[in-house]
Amino acid sequence: MIAGKTTVDDALFVETPEGPALLGSRCTDCGAHTFPVQGGCPRCTGSTMVDVPLSRTGTLWSWTVQGFTPKKPYTGTAAYEPYGVAYVELPGQLIVETRLVETDPEKLEIGMSVELVLTPFRDDESGGPVHTFAFVGVADV
Amino acid sequence: MSEVAIVGIGMHRFGRTEGVSGRAQAVHAAREALRDSGLRFSDMQFGFGGSHSAGDADTLVSELGLTGLPFINVANGCATGGSALIAADAAIRSGQHDLGIVIGFDKHARGAFNTDPAEHGIGAWYGETGMMITTQFFGMKIQRYLHDHDLKPDVLATIAEKAFRNGARNPMAWRRKEMDAAEIAAAPMISHPLTQYMYCSPGEGAVALVLCRADQARRYTANPVFLQGAAFRSRRYGSFEVFSPWLASERADSPTVEASAAAFAAAGIAPSEVDVAQIQDTESGAELMHMAETGLCAHGEQEQLIASGATAIEGRLPVNTDGGCIANGEPIGASGLRQVYENVLQLRGDAGEHQVPGDPRVGFTHVYGAPGISACTVLTR
Repeated sequence: MIAGKTTVDDALFVETPEGPALLGSRCTDCGAHTFPVQGGCPRCTGSTMVDVPLSRTGTLWSWTVQGFTPKKPYTGTAAYEPYGVAYVELPGQLIVETRLVETDPEKLEIGMSVELVLTPFRDDESGGPVHTFAFVGVADV
Repeated sequence: MSEVAIVGIGMHRFGRTEGVSGRAQAVHAAREALRDSGLRFSDMQFGFGGSHSAGDADTLVSELGLTGLPFINVANGCATGGSALIAADAAIRSGQHDLGIVIGFDKHARGAFNTDPAEHGIGAWYGETGMMITTQFFGMKIQRYLHDHDLKPDVLATIAEKAFRNGARNPMAWRRKEMDAAEIAAAPMISHPLTQYMYCSPGEGAVALVLCRADQARRYTANPVFLQGAAFRSRRYGSFEVFSPWLASERADSPTVEASAAAFAAAGIAPSEVDVAQIQDTESGAELMHMAETGLCAHGEQEQLIASGATAIEGRLPVNTDGGCIANGEPIGASGLRQVYENVLQLRGDAGEHQVPGDPRVGFTHVYGAPGISACTVLTR
């Protein structure tokens, strides 16, 4: 459970005072970030990574909308389709691949401001929603 | 060091061949390549080959002949054929062997590939939430590319239209029906901005090549084609590749840029000298991006080149003259060798209805695929 919600994998997240954030790694040698956490640095090849919460806000770097129901290993529930997919640039950290809440191409534009939310993508055996991370558009501040 | 020549080519038609296994298609291609070079399997000193979904290439010897040759399986995703060819190139160039065969084949189930994240070292969540999907990656990659280079998405339908036009002229292609750009653009959206007919489909097929020391090539053929350069590269930190839960903020070139530059450098040939090019068109956006990443044109220049017909068979820079992946489908293990097969046909002047006019002299091939790899060749007659 993260923020009181069932998630696809709690290890992807960390709770912060501002709300749930993605948990990444930062290299203590060169400052490179990864998501999810990993032990080795793909940039400098070192192995001194530490866990860090990733930014909860960023800008839309690229996007698409999933146009068909994927095969397994996808486990989503039809009620939560279609879904958007994007890369979101988290300032000073990395560009994370994510689901998008918005699925109307007319409402998506590279560079728009977005923030992290937990969104349901399937229902479990008891009918309760299982959440994953997604980004949703916010007004520019 | 020995130079390397291709002296025999063979193919099993791409598409769907019900009741014929991938291995049987590979054996057919191998026999065709041997026949083309006037050789027998017992003459082969080595073999390299692979498939993604249709079995181990080294087991083909049970059908081709138990001659004791070293036959090494290659598994490199979409670059399987290209990697097999590079291994053969090294085996001959180093003087280890004089003559051998490479075989690429495959037979995939219908529909988009579904890959297990664990094979790529990624958590199960990535597949469960619907992000382990190649078509999405291509949609997002071309979306960003169009944005960065101020290109209009209309060009994507024009590229697919050319693929089907060329496929209609190629008797070995899978998709042989022309389709106009308006129909392609209006087809169901698979991954915005790419529609159904802008993507290639997983398919079936096989290609084999017989290679030898260049100074012995005329023993086997009157029309050898010389492998002047072959190079393979994997991704650098900062490139944008399929199955990436994250990208680095600092950007780096795709492996295509380094692999193509290395192949051209090895050949001592400039991209501007290319007469016919086969480049990875997993979807039409890939052809657009790869035209520039391979050095065949500048970024942003593609729109004008494509609109003016420069990339058509009769154009100044013919691209994917056999219809590419879009018209041939993508049997992963065979796809890269299909490109070489097509260039050999073109350089021999044997491509029939899809022959590039003007006696082409320099051919270029490029494959690109998961998890961020590229293999390129430069061929001359």
